[in-house]
Amino acid sequence: MKAKGLTIAVATAGALLAGCGGGPGGGGGKISDGGVTLAVLNDQTAIYADLSGKNSVTAVEMAVADYKAKYGDKAVADKIEVISADHQNKPDLANSKAQELYDRRRADVILDVPSSAAALAVANQAKAKKKIFMDIGAATTELEGRQCNKYTFHYGYNTYMLANGTGSTVTADGAKNWYIVYPDYAFGQDMNRNFTAAIQKAGGTVVRSDPTPFPNDNFSTFLLKAPNLSPKPQVLGTMQAGGDLVNLVKQYNEYKLQDKGIDLAVGLMFITDIHSLGPDALAGTKFTDPWYWNANPQNRAWADKFMAKTGKRPSFAHAANYSAAMQYLEAVQRAGTDASDAVVKELEGHKFNDVFADNAEIRAADHLLLHDVELAEVKPAAEVKEPWDYEKILKTIPANQAFQPVSGSCKL
Amino acid sequence: MIEQAFNGLVGGAFYALLALGLAVIFGMLGVVNFAHGAFYMLGAFGAFILLDSFGIGFWAALVIVPVLLGLAGVVLERLLIRRLSGLDPLYGFLLTFGLALILQDLVRRQYGVQSQQYARPELLDGTLNLGLFDYPAYQVFVLALSAVVCGGVWLALTRTKIGMIVRASTEKPELTRALGIDVSRWVTPVFGFGIALAGLAGVLAAPMRAINPLMGGDLIIVVFAVVVIGGLGSVFGSVAAGFLIGVVSALGNLYVPALSQTLVFILMAAVLLWRPAGLFGRQEGLV
Repeated sequence: MKAKGLTIAVATAGALLAGCGGGPGGGGGKISDGGVTLAVLNDQTAIYADLSGKNSVTAVEMAVADYKAKYGDKAVADKIEVISADHQNKPDLANSKAQELYDRRRADVILDVPSSAAALAVANQAKAKKKIFMDIGAATTELEGRQCNKYTFHYGYNTYMLANGTGSTVTADGAKNWYIVYPDYAFGQDMNRNFTAAIQKAGGTVVRSDPTPFPNDNFSTFLLKAPNLSPKPQVLGTMQAGGDLVNLVKQYNEYKLQDKGIDLAVGLMFITDIHSLGPDALAGTKFTDPWYWNANPQNRAWADKFMAKTGKRPSFAHAANYSAAMQYLEAVQRAGTDASDAVVKELEGHKFNDVFADNAEIRAADHLLLHDVELAEVKPAAEVKEPWDYEKILKTIPANQAFQPVSGSCKL
Repeated sequence: MIEQAFNGLVGGAFYALLALGLAVIFGMLGVVNFAHGAFYMLGAFGAFILLDSFGIGFWAALVIVPVLLGLAGVVLERLLIRRLSGLDPLYGFLLTFGLALILQDLVRRQYGVQSQQYARPELLDGTLNLGLFDYPAYQVFVLALSAVVCGGVWLALTRTKIGMIVRASTEKPELTRALGIDVSRWVTPVFGFGIALAGLAGVLAAPMRAINPLMGGDLIIVVFAVVVIGGLGSVFGSVAAGFLIGVVSALGNLYVPALSQTLVFILMAAVLLWRPAGLFGRQEGLV
């Protein structure tokens, strides 16, 4: 009985393997499960649904189409599937969805995964399953720090880069005294730490930093407190995101803090946030942007294609999802297989330029993507010539200055 | 300090308006309305839609939106809520909770999760000098209007015959019925009125808060704590506790920001230990 079962199993496995190998135009039978599966795991229903969500899936599909067009018959991955799942920003859900995607739905790579706690949960699954994970949506530096692993890549942005760009620049421009308010969870605490360090390095002082409830719709206490601090801060640094950021900025304008000599600096802002508040509510606010759709003709051309499909201009997360999917497929192409270890080897240390990343390098030591980022300022409404064109690029921060040096806490 | 306390009253104005509606609905219908936050959200979206699609401004929205939502509440009560009477309260929970999810999802399908823009009315754009300090005019207006509405409701409840019937059936429905008063006649309008109050709070929130489908869900948890602190079913208690919680959380933010979120619930636990029926709730068995 046992022997018979074994025979059947071996025969089945053999048949399956035979069936997979050497498909039409394939790269010599090196692709597992009959094809390459890219999974987008992100928030499709809650607070990050608009800034990434379903449109990130569209961006990944665009990458697949462009890869196929580029390589045609020579494509190693001839059968490519894009699947997606919703984790609603819940770490436990992200954890179980990642397992399901890797095991049952045969994902070769998971992309996006916003929200730091969810991303760290997926990174653990990637490590356990030896499958690739390219995180775009989460900001925590833990992904390339203590919790890094061989199969996880951090792509697009992080809290250090945001703090280093905005915190340093605004301080160097003369605003020495800061009051920071941050949402009291992993992302906000990480942002507060990194901003404080960047401000102090630039010769500034954080007069006070206050944690705020998350989510929170009423920031009036903190806004009233700001002008009464001693010494009086010149900048209010807000680490809030999404709806909380909108609440805070509306109330900042209501209390007329700018008239009282307190400017606003925003830690993390997506183009969708500016769209929500209207450019006038944020005019003059400086922030760091990993990518802006209208920064140059190349970005714009891609943004036009994206808009034709979605009706919206892309956020940096959409562009980064496109880029990560493309770089993954290019690595599969170079490796001639989708076996994780071989693809990791191709990604490590890879240097490239694409529509999202200029002067980019995937750092071999900790799997962080280094690339040029922009210091941007929100235009006043009078200067906005077309919908969604809200940003003025002040300067480009070169890749090697934008991101942190290798920390040493990462053991791949 | 005084400025912060005043500031807390403004935040409390929203709690008071929402808690007032919840309290009358709970008292009269015995339904804990989990959809209350969704109607607050619809109030804000109503103001946004009126302006965005029809060019109707804030002042008109302040009247139109609560009236429309009140009517929707009447329909809802007639079609669904009414069927719950006499059933386990769990059914009310399931119905209203499900309703909240449906409303939230419908709005999200249409508008996404990003917040919508809504400008402050021009008349209230500046600041007012309140003697000791300057304060945004809009927020002074919010506080004044909600005080007037809460005061008006309280006067109506204590000084008119209809009010007395409603109050009696809110706080002691069985006894009122026993006196030969037809409580059921008042159930529908009271439910509609409670929903209208949530809508009014939503319109008031539109210029100063993020307008998105999740705004009600985030707020309603605190409002439930407010109603419990005030005393379930006590109309006066809900309003008083609303303003009290506003001030407590403002001062909490000032001195212990990290604790401010839990402060409301610590207060709730403390109140319940001291007075199990809430600050203004009547102790059962004593009457």
